[in-house]
Amino acid sequence: MGKSESILPLEFRQVSFEGGGKRLIKDLSFRLDAGPRTIIIGANGAGKSLFLRLCHKLIVPSSGEIIWHGANGRNPAPAQAMVFQRPVMLRRSVAANVGYALSLRKVPREKRPALIEEALRMTGLNRLAGYSARVLSFGEQQKLALARAWVLRPEVLFLDEPTASLDPAATHEVEELINTIHQAGTRIIMTTHDLGQAHRLADEVLFLHRGRLLEKAAAAAFFTKPENDLARKFIAGDLLWWKRGKDNRNQISEGVMK
Amino acid sequence: MSDFSSALWAAFSLVIQLDSDLAEIVFLSLKVSLIAVSGAALIGMPLGAALALFRFRGRASMVVLLNALMGLPPVVVGLAVYLVLSRSGPLGVFGLLFTPTAMIIAQLILVTPIIAALTRQVIDDLWREYEEQFRSLGAGPGQRITALLWDGRFSLATAVLAGFGRASAEVGAVMIVGGNIDHVTRVMTTAIALEVSKGDLALALGLGIILITLSLAINGVSYVINEKARENHG
Repeated sequence: MGKSESILPLEFRQVSFEGGGKRLIKDLSFRLDAGPRTIIIGANGAGKSLFLRLCHKLIVPSSGEIIWHGANGRNPAPAQAMVFQRPVMLRRSVAANVGYALSLRKVPREKRPALIEEALRMTGLNRLAGYSARVLSFGEQQKLALARAWVLRPEVLFLDEPTASLDPAATHEVEELINTIHQAGTRIIMTTHDLGQAHRLADEVLFLHRGRLLEKAAAAAFFTKPENDLARKFIAGDLLWWKRGKDNRNQISEGVMK
Repeated sequence: MSDFSSALWAAFSLVIQLDSDLAEIVFLSLKVSLIAVSGAALIGMPLGAALALFRFRGRASMVVLLNALMGLPPVVVGLAVYLVLSRSGPLGVFGLLFTPTAMIIAQLILVTPIIAALTRQVIDDLWREYEEQFRSLGAGPGQRITALLWDGRFSLATAVLAGFGRASAEVGAVMIVGGNIDHVTRVMTTAIALEVSKGDLALALGLGIILITLSLAINGVSYVINEKARENHG
């Protein structure tokens, strides 16, 4: 919980990940420094969620190295948190869901109520503190997931398509929360396939396609003058597709649909 | 038919008047089954949770074995416990045979696999849902088990009630290791078997009514728990 030295920058060195006999992430090499909001975009199946799980060590690379340079040998995990596309709600109250995260980090019992109250007030869920988390709407559950992550004051927050199933109003609320958390000093690394959202939130963009990093650029440059041809087509709204051959699973056909 | 109706009437009279013999048998039955089920829950729940959470060599065989043990024949368990507790058996020195403790041991052996197997299933389902979140939050193995057992509490209560149903309705094992001794080890099921063989249908039917009521109550409580859980936690 206490602020210590930064665990950033994060560096990927030739990172690949295989699953089910397929290379799903291919030779990723890049570096993320402290500061901007990084948005990872790409079509479905590009490897965005796998990318976040690799960063957060929920899965380990098949080859290559992931280095948190600032960690200096200490475990970088406690300085991170993650919010998933489908919020996972424990079968207890809204307040107890937030309190559970604090109890795992061994925050003294007497300090927890104030922290829970603050996190719930920030997400606008304080009036629902005593309700069961699982009866909340999907949007409220996602806000609770953000509260549970933010109460730990992570230095880096991974967000895996947090608004994928939300209506525009709930999406707006969640985006506001993400901005608040960012302004409070948390490094945001988030996936989305929503270009509008990427426009609204990104300071920096990573464009993934079929497990490869095709472009990493500042958001303004990426959206106005993308260097990669597929990135340009993706921004233009073309549909990028690929599929494996029926007889030969290693044979992949791909294309662009306007 | 008139024999049956008069026996039924006499049975109701015994139940309503709280006949002392009948009350003693019911009390002993509940005591034995409650202690056995409590012990089985203490052993079976962590065991089931551990089987759901940890991956190790031979785990699949253990799961299959545990599921198979749910259908353990009570008389075989009774025989095994009898051999272990009999004078010439390894635990014969404790003199436990034909005591309520022997009956508790037999029921514990019968019920533990049921609670463990049902717990494993409940925790396995929950774990699939929670795994990434718990790993992200940094929950250790002990913290995971505690949290999963707590979050699965409603389903686990049903598992315990299922175990209690099995224990209280069981006759073969407790008959063998308890001996059905009057005022010592006579429980509802063994008393019913004895009274039927003696032709005293009134007491047998009275105990049968209580046993069925108990079964209905267990199912009712189980239903209410599940409905409450659905209402409160979706």
